[in-house]
Amino acid sequence: MTELAVETSGLVKVFGENRAVDGLDLRVPAGTVYGVLGPNGAGKTTAVRMLATLLRPDGGEARVFGRDVVKDADEVRRRVSLTGQYASVDEDLTGMENLILLARLQGYKKPAARDRGAQLLEAFGLTDAADRQVKNYSGGMRRRIDIAASILNTPDLLFLDEPTTGLDPRSRNQVWDIVRIVVAQGTTVLLTTQYLDEADRLASRIAVIDHGRLIAEGTPGQLKASIGAGSVHVRLRDAAQREQAQRVLSRELNAPVHLEADPVALTARIAEAGDDQAAAERAARALAELAADGITVDDFALGQPSLDEVFLALTDRPATIEENAA
Amino acid sequence: MSTTATETTTSYVPAPETLAAVLTRGERPPRPSAWSASVTFGWRAMLKIKHVPEQLFDVTAFPIMMTLLFTYLFGGALAGSTTNYLQYVLPGLMAQSIIMITMYTGVAVNTDIEKGVFDRFRTLPIWRPAPMVGYLLGDMLRYTIASLVMLTVGLILGFRPSGGVVGVVLGIAVLIGYSFAFSWIWTMFGLLLRSEKSVMGVSMMVLFPLTFLSNIFVNPKTMPTWLQYFVNANPVSHLVSAIRSLMAGKPDTGALTLVLVAALVLIAVFGTLTMRLYNRK
Ligand SMILES: Nc1ncnc2c1ncn2[C@@H]1O[C@H](COP(=O)(O)OP(=O)(O)OP(=O)(O)O)[C@@H](O)[C@H]1O
Ligand SMILES: [Mg+2]
Repeated sequence: MTELAVETSGLVKVFGENRAVDGLDLRVPAGTVYGVLGPNGAGKTTAVRMLATLLRPDGGEARVFGRDVVKDADEVRRRVSLTGQYASVDEDLTGMENLILLARLQGYKKPAARDRGAQLLEAFGLTDAADRQVKNYSGGMRRRIDIAASILNTPDLLFLDEPTTGLDPRSRNQVWDIVRIVVAQGTTVLLTTQYLDEADRLASRIAVIDHGRLIAEGTPGQLKASIGAGSVHVRLRDAAQREQAQRVLSRELNAPVHLEADPVALTARIAEAGDDQAAAERAARALAELAADGITVDDFALGQPSLDEVFLALTDRPATIEENAA
Repeated sequence: MSTTATETTTSYVPAPETLAAVLTRGERPPRPSAWSASVTFGWRAMLKIKHVPEQLFDVTAFPIMMTLLFTYLFGGALAGSTTNYLQYVLPGLMAQSIIMITMYTGVAVNTDIEKGVFDRFRTLPIWRPAPMVGYLLGDMLRYTIASLVMLTVGLILGFRPSGGVVGVVLGIAVLIGYSFAFSWIWTMFGLLLRSEKSVMGVSMMVLFPLTFLSNIFVNPKTMPTWLQYFVNANPVSHLVSAIRSLMAGKPDTGALTLVLVAALVLIAVFGTLTMRLYNRK
């Protein structure tokens, strides 16, 4: 039996009338990256804050490495670290001062604290920015100093709450690389995200939550199998060819083809049971058939299902998100 | 500045070896003592003063203004001459100014608690009140600065305390110690109230009557009897009597005892309430 980093049963948090977390059961195996996927307001942050001992649950139980987050809060705090959704370092202080402050609070003596700070800044490529106030850092640098601060004590469990929301693709890749290295060194990572793509790349298991409830759980493969491997987006040169294209696509993809509001656009969900390779091959065949039929294609894309599509597939209704993932 | 920021972002590639080296699971250092954690938070407060020195405006300009204003406005009328009045009023003015600026503690707690960094502090395995005590340690530095500024202005204007250096230093020490205890009221309100504005509002409501309806400006004997009851019961009056007596070189042990008791009660009551709110936040 593998050790569990997190185990919750019937976890509840109520704000007034709002059941932000409503009977959540999670089991996070130690030593892995676990993704919690959900739209805005799903309760991700609330759940993470309870696990990190910042909020007291209103019902149910939560254990971190077997320790109760309420009764053994201090023991839990010793082993976890949280990188919040918004900066969790002091913006008025410099990068170095922040790290020294946290090192001192974790028991490092003065010279050792400075060494630890310098070592972390170096590892996160922030040496040049050591003496600059964090409020003058770029978005990517902020995220890095934040993660550096979180691994200062080499936690056994690291919570990353939407670590890449608002980052550019390059900074996002850096965060992904960091997460992979951190987990390879033996730290369990629980990350929340709004992107299936991110969870798929990093996590070995994913929990999908909505309205504070678990609506699906499994490996990325299992999850995608229940959703469909991905979707094909096609844009034609000529709107007049759309019906013909629809016939070709539905035959080749073996799936219903949806006509978009845009008169030259079509989309279809490929049902390849979570097999990315097979989905890609099928999509390639469909593209070749369109060309053979003399249909001019301006744009052809095979993408992962968006969060919206995930929710549509799992709940038969779209995710209740504000900025609908297109 | 922004150019270097972009450069650092774009050129950085996380290196597995260096990151792995940082993540070694050696012995974790033992957790810091309550005192050491509090002092570390006090150090944070000083760093904030270093980075945002404008905040010292409150503890320099305001006290200078108070001293000049009250000495010259009331001096002639109340004591015949400004120098005579200064001997009476300066210890009290010091107390008033410092008690007034304690409210910035509440404002600082209130603005800070909304920020993510507080979540990080609260997930650390440290003595729970340490962040709050750290604020107050930093604030004690501000109170010291304000006291010294007022003392200097006072000395220039003709303040000549007969208690000498020792008396003045003891007086200021009592004042700062009491302000430390008093500030717990504001850490509580800082955690309790929703906005900075409401913290300010409540502070004013408490501080104005407390400091003006006291023996700071005039001898209570000149007041109507009903008001004397309030003034004589007001802890600020006892504080001012204690400071005055020390600075005059004739320590009033009765007042000093009352001040000590009041300080301990304040810490016990509002310290407990603060920590209760802090743990629940
Ligand atoms: N302190 C609070 N007081 C009242 N309601 C809250 C509080 N924190 C969260 N909520 C509510 O609880 C619900 C869940 O919020 P939560 O922040 O956990 O969602 P989330 O999944 O993290 O969303 P996002 O993707 O926007 O970060 C929301 O409806 C939110 O408005
Ligand atoms: Mg959130």
